[in-house]
Amino acid sequence: MKIYCYIALMAITTYLIRVIPLVLFQKEIHSPFVKSFLYYVPYACLTAMTIPAIFTATQSPVSAACGFVVAVLLGWNKKSLPVVAGFACIAVMIAEAVLRHI
Amino acid sequence: MKNQNTKNHFMEGAKDSLPIVIGYFSVSFTFGIMAAKAGFSPWIATLISITNVTSAGQFAGLTLMVAQASYLEIFLTELVINLRYGLMSLSLSQRLSDSVTTGKRLLIAFANTDEIFAVSVSKPHKVTSAYMAGLEIFPILGWTAGTLSGAVATSLLPPFVQSALGVALYGMFIAIVLPPARAHRPIALVSLLAAVLSLSFTYLPGLNRISAGFSIILCTLIAAGVGAFFWPIPDNKEDDS
Repeated sequence: MKIYCYIALMAITTYLIRVIPLVLFQKEIHSPFVKSFLYYVPYACLTAMTIPAIFTATQSPVSAACGFVVAVLLGWNKKSLPVVAGFACIAVMIAEAVLRHI
Repeated sequence: MKNQNTKNHFMEGAKDSLPIVIGYFSVSFTFGIMAAKAGFSPWIATLISITNVTSAGQFAGLTLMVAQASYLEIFLTELVINLRYGLMSLSLSQRLSDSVTTGKRLLIAFANTDEIFAVSVSKPHKVTSAYMAGLEIFPILGWTAGTLSGAVATSLLPPFVQSALGVALYGMFIAIVLPPARAHRPIALVSLLAAVLSLSFTYLPGLNRISAGFSIILCTLIAAGVGAFFWPIPDNKEDDS
């Protein structure tokens, strides 16, 4: 039974964090600072989640770096999300295949 | 006419969610394997995924449950790891179209994950509830199905495929950040600052004792705060459309 209490507690905590700001702030915020801050949040947050975590996401930092470089090159050239993600995966696969043979 | 619009928005969201679904399936597959290895049944693993829909929070929760941690510990851990969702929800609240009612916000909030948030704010215009429904439903299903598959068939994918899929979600993040960073220098500077801070929190002695979840919150607050202070965006830059 305790396991269900654990799961419920995790689920409720996570949900409340997500729902409170979304329901509380329905009006458009007018403060230029807050608006600018929220404008930058996604970029800051996504970058912080990617670096350095991406370098430990595969079997070796070398293959991860290959995936990273490919993703940066394609992303810089405005390729679509599936293309960037897909080629990053392929780069990792190729890199790991090469690594196994040297 | 209105129904047609709703359908179009839903389909657009569903299409945008495709890379998320693939990424989630592989990550939650790993979660399913870990849950099975920790001694949980496929049913419990699946229940955790469908009620939580969060990667880091679930992985941490799994460890704590195995250790029979106290409720307070579980609560505090989930709070710190998932606090970034609070920031994301705040940011998303400004991107939802005015037609999105409170009831719909209650539903949308349930699956406001890193990736869903990232895709919804990358749209050039405000988003409707139909779009969010299309964007969220399939990743939730993928997340749940991946967990179940991982727990049931403990090692279906060869290790090199699992390893390669590990970069899929990060590749997506990079594809979201770089084009606007290239066009607007302040975004590039804010992202660069976030990267430097994140590296510091991971590797610098002392700073690296801060948990990963908390580190992301600090990096976001500092980098976005610095950006807002030095390069405030001109008013009316983002119009409703």
